Amino acid sequence: MPHVKCLRCRECGSEYPIEPLNACEFCFGPLEVEYDYESISKAVSRESIAAGPNTMWRYHDFLPVDRELAIDISTGFTPLIHAKNLGSQLGLDKLYIKNDSVNPTYSFKDRPVSVTTTKALEFEFEVLACVSTGNLMGSVAAHGAKAGMKTMVFYPADLEQGKIQGAAVYGPTMVAVTGNYDHANRFCSELADNHRWAFVNINMRPFYAEGSKTLGYEVAEQLGWKAPDHCVVPGASGELHTKIWKGLQEFNDIGLIENLKTKMHLAQPEGCSPIVGAFETGSDHVTPVRPETLAKSLAIGNPAAGPYSLEVLKETDGTGVYAEENTIIDGIKLLAETEGIFTETAGGVVISSLKKLVEQGKIKRDEVTVAYVTGNGLKTMEAMGDFVEPIQTTPDYETFQTALAAAQKS
Amino acid sequence: MSAIVRIPTPLRKVTNGEDKASVDAGTMAEVVKSLEVQFPGLKARICDDDGELRSFVNVYINGEDVRFLNGMNSSVSSGDEVSIVPAVAGGF
Repeated sequence: MPHVKCLRCRECGSEYPIEPLNACEFCFGPLEVEYDYESISKAVSRESIAAGPNTMWRYHDFLPVDRELAIDISTGFTPLIHAKNLGSQLGLDKLYIKNDSVNPTYSFKDRPVSVTTTKALEFEFEVLACVSTGNLMGSVAAHGAKAGMKTMVFYPADLEQGKIQGAAVYGPTMVAVTGNYDHANRFCSELADNHRWAFVNINMRPFYAEGSKTLGYEVAEQLGWKAPDHCVVPGASGELHTKIWKGLQEFNDIGLIENLKTKMHLAQPEGCSPIVGAFETGSDHVTPVRPETLAKSLAIGNPAAGPYSLEVLKETDGTGVYAEENTIIDGIKLLAETEGIFTETAGGVVISSLKKLVEQGKIKRDEVTVAYVTGNGLKTMEAMGDFVEPIQTTPDYETFQTALAAAQKS
Repeated sequence: MSAIVRIPTPLRKVTNGEDKASVDAGTMAEVVKSLEVQFPGLKARICDDDGELRSFVNVYINGEDVRFLNGMNSSVSSGDEVSIVPAVAGGF
């Protein structure tokens, strides 16, 4: 990691050495990795990046770990698809879907976890842990398996079965915590103080968060080294939203892209939209809520990066928008039926919110728009409910024809 | 009997490494005052100049976020457990 300088508190500027720390001891502000951008700009060019591997590790110069040590299960460089069918329905000519549901564990979490696992080994941790709304724990369990580490994953007990089984298969110690995610998170924050475990989103958070910048880099590179006019990003803690923006800013600052004017929109489900709520009232403070939403991966009532996500909305002239709960499944189906992409509930929130943004006139027909689809629909099957009504037939021609005609009539 | 406050790692330099403190029951504001008497300098780390909790500090009484109770006026009873937790954790 030749380009890393230190950790720095985002609030008061206090500096810390590169260690597993997440909060400033003076003001509790978040610590962020500080880079030597002059050194990065000398090391990279569009050509050097393009010659890298077809994974997120083509951007290793912007990450706080050594490329050679990377725990790499082929995460990233996921498709950016020109969504002509969905765009035509919504009235957008240049709509793109960043399909990050095709990562190794089927969500964008593989990006931050790949970085964190690498860093955890460097710090000589033996246990990789997390508190998760589902996607993260699958990723932690998989990367821990690859790295030969023990893994412990904590999750709210009412999670979808697909996410529980999808994590358990990699062999972690599974811990179901009574209550919601915020309860589990508080509990794990205290556990992290008393165990030498690498909690990827607690004591390892400064390194973890950096991995998500690659979702900004990739989109810019895939658009031909241009930033989009609009990004629509799902919001739970708000960190993904801030880190995609950071990625675009870094590319702009060192000259890999120019003229950055992206509007960074944030999409939350109605039943858990504390950041959007603060945005709508013009407040700088995010008041926590008790989540009641179908989109369990976004069910964080007390969003850690909420204030910064609000700053990004303000700075980029973005809009915070929520999807009504009863439109989440519609969003999932719309994307599936138009583009052949089956996303989980968070993606449904994004698509329904995108629709609202277009209806509100925030996004115009000819503007380049990227909607981030960050998780796979197979993980949240039970959220879909019982919606399948097959044609019932015996295996003979006449019965089938009659049944088909009846079905087409109804 | 008194209440127990769990001290997070970022504050342990101020508490000489102690991970728990015992305080008298009262309001949350009184608990912070009592902590300050035991460990001078602690209050400024978690509260702003108006005595309100800093944005990146979460405080829980028996696991319940004080923002869902009565903020700094929330009452802490004997036997309660108070947690001070950095907000910058979890989620994405």
